[in-house]
Amino acid sequence: MIGILSYLVFFVSIASILAIAVLGLNLQWGNTGLFNGGVVAFFGAGAYGTLLLGGTPQPDHIGGFELFYPLALLGGACAAALLAWFVGKLTLHLRHDYLAIATFGVAVTFENIMRNAEGFSGGAKGLRGFERPLENWVSNGFTYNLAFLTCIAVILICTYFFLERVVQSPFGRLLRAIREDEVAARSLGKNPDRIRLIAFVTGSFIVGVSGGLYATFYAFVSPQDVLPTLTFQIWAMLIVGGAGNNRGAIIGTFLIWGAWTTSGWSLSRFAPVEIQIYGGTLQYIMIGLVIVGMLLWKPQGLFPEKLVMSNSGKK
Amino acid sequence: MIQSLTDGILVGAILSLGAIGLTMVMHTLRFANFSHAELLSIGAYSALVCDALFSGILPSLAAAISPLSMTWALALAMVCAMSLTGLSALIIDKFVFKRIREKGDELSMVFASFGVALIIRNLLGLIFGLKSQLYSKDIVFAVVLSHDPLVLVKPDQVFVLIAAVIIMLVMHYFLSRTTLGYALRAVAENASLAEVSGIRLSHMIALIWVIGGVLAAAAGVFYGLTNHVSPVIGRDLVLPIFAATIVGGIGSVYGAVLGGFVVGIATNMALLVLPSGYSPAMPFVIILVLLLVRPNGLFGETQT
Repeated sequence: MIGILSYLVFFVSIASILAIAVLGLNLQWGNTGLFNGGVVAFFGAGAYGTLLLGGTPQPDHIGGFELFYPLALLGGACAAALLAWFVGKLTLHLRHDYLAIATFGVAVTFENIMRNAEGFSGGAKGLRGFERPLENWVSNGFTYNLAFLTCIAVILICTYFFLERVVQSPFGRLLRAIREDEVAARSLGKNPDRIRLIAFVTGSFIVGVSGGLYATFYAFVSPQDVLPTLTFQIWAMLIVGGAGNNRGAIIGTFLIWGAWTTSGWSLSRFAPVEIQIYGGTLQYIMIGLVIVGMLLWKPQGLFPEKLVMSNSGKK
Repeated sequence: MIQSLTDGILVGAILSLGAIGLTMVMHTLRFANFSHAELLSIGAYSALVCDALFSGILPSLAAAISPLSMTWALALAMVCAMSLTGLSALIIDKFVFKRIREKGDELSMVFASFGVALIIRNLLGLIFGLKSQLYSKDIVFAVVLSHDPLVLVKPDQVFVLIAAVIIMLVMHYFLSRTTLGYALRAVAENASLAEVSGIRLSHMIALIWVIGGVLAAAAGVFYGLTNHVSPVIGRDLVLPIFAATIVGGIGSVYGAVLGGFVVGIATNMALLVLPSGYSPAMPFVIILVLLLVRPNGLFGETQT
């Protein structure tokens, strides 16, 4: 019983962490129409940033500043935001697919640098030497995980309400206006490039928080955690939930993460040994089919965006 | 130094072939096609299958064309692979891209191409196995071009370079001298205006996919011939090919050719100063530099 319960806590923790990233992506894609092809780079910047700032000093690489944990997490998220600002500044004023290509390139490069720069990131063997905050105070691992889950849930809920406020605010309206008709927005004296940059950086900051929490949860991060697969998974979660709908994004995360872990478990449990080495391959095909299938038959997702109409518009 | 330059030119020729198709699709259909590099994989694997088929039916074809490791069977297989890949590109467009295009959302196309790439790459892995394979197990020794500085070139590489250049010249002739080529350029320039002038848009789009697929298949076979065939060809080449199109300027066929060589040479030259582990990141560095200096590419025009 306790086994199932602790697995449940584990599952919900990871899904909630990923849900935060999906919410961040939703601000970029769902509300603003920005294609981020390298979600994992911003996720990774948050993860590596948090561990480098909050970890204990290591002999073989830099970092280990032993910062107070919330500050470390904030620093990680800021690293992600900074990366986003840099990429956004270069590409957001160009044709829309430049952003897609550049973010995709950032993700490839990020993984590549983390894998090779041993003095900085620990290289392929990953970044160790991080102690989870307050872990010594709680003797029982299960209690600790439960408490950690509570913290994640609080952050998830705060992010959700923050984004809901943003979407309903005049700024949110502006985002949708730019997404729907840039020329019209420009004619009203708005600056689409700047607004898009704000949305992109804010979204990446949120993805960075998610990455920081993910690395904290495992107290470890390695290049294996920042493979392009994660980008595809996060995208599938958003498109299934419904781009533009924050509640849908969270539900989509739980659905896809559930399907991913269940399929992985069943493949390793029931599939013959010869097929098992293709387990990952089959799962990727599944994710690809989900993405293409949703776009073809249900592009608004399971929970379509609710169009907000202003009071004057209703009359 | 000279060796890196030579290797870079050879890789560049392959990238150019991939980039020509991509730049045409990106310009006319207005979306970044992340699944274009998978067409190279499809080409490489169809050639592998056809090669085995032809060698099986007519064993005399399995003889290598001296001094290459390439056999007559593979040469025939390459032609088949080019048509098969052109066909695949058409089929993918019919079932996925065309249907999304009709809904009128360009960004969803980018997104869908991500999904398509994931499906193709992993289906190839599932069918042919995850290990890399070779067209020929014969070892071909490199020829010493000069001793000081030491430059080594394999006959296959020279063949690939010459073949790639011939294909590009044919493309140039086709685009600049034939009515069909004019029509194609008209569509890329202004689709609605071209339609009013009596050009069938749907036919031209189909033609662009076929050309993209055919050139990608050639690039894929050449890559397989000089390296190896594996399901991750697409994953490894997608970024360099994108870099080539951006360097050349989206929509410029000649820019794509030049871009391919620039990316190939720069990536190989960078290995002189950087550890080889960093080479996958090089195309992105090139993209960054270009966006800073000349955002619309060397031959690109400003467009929104």
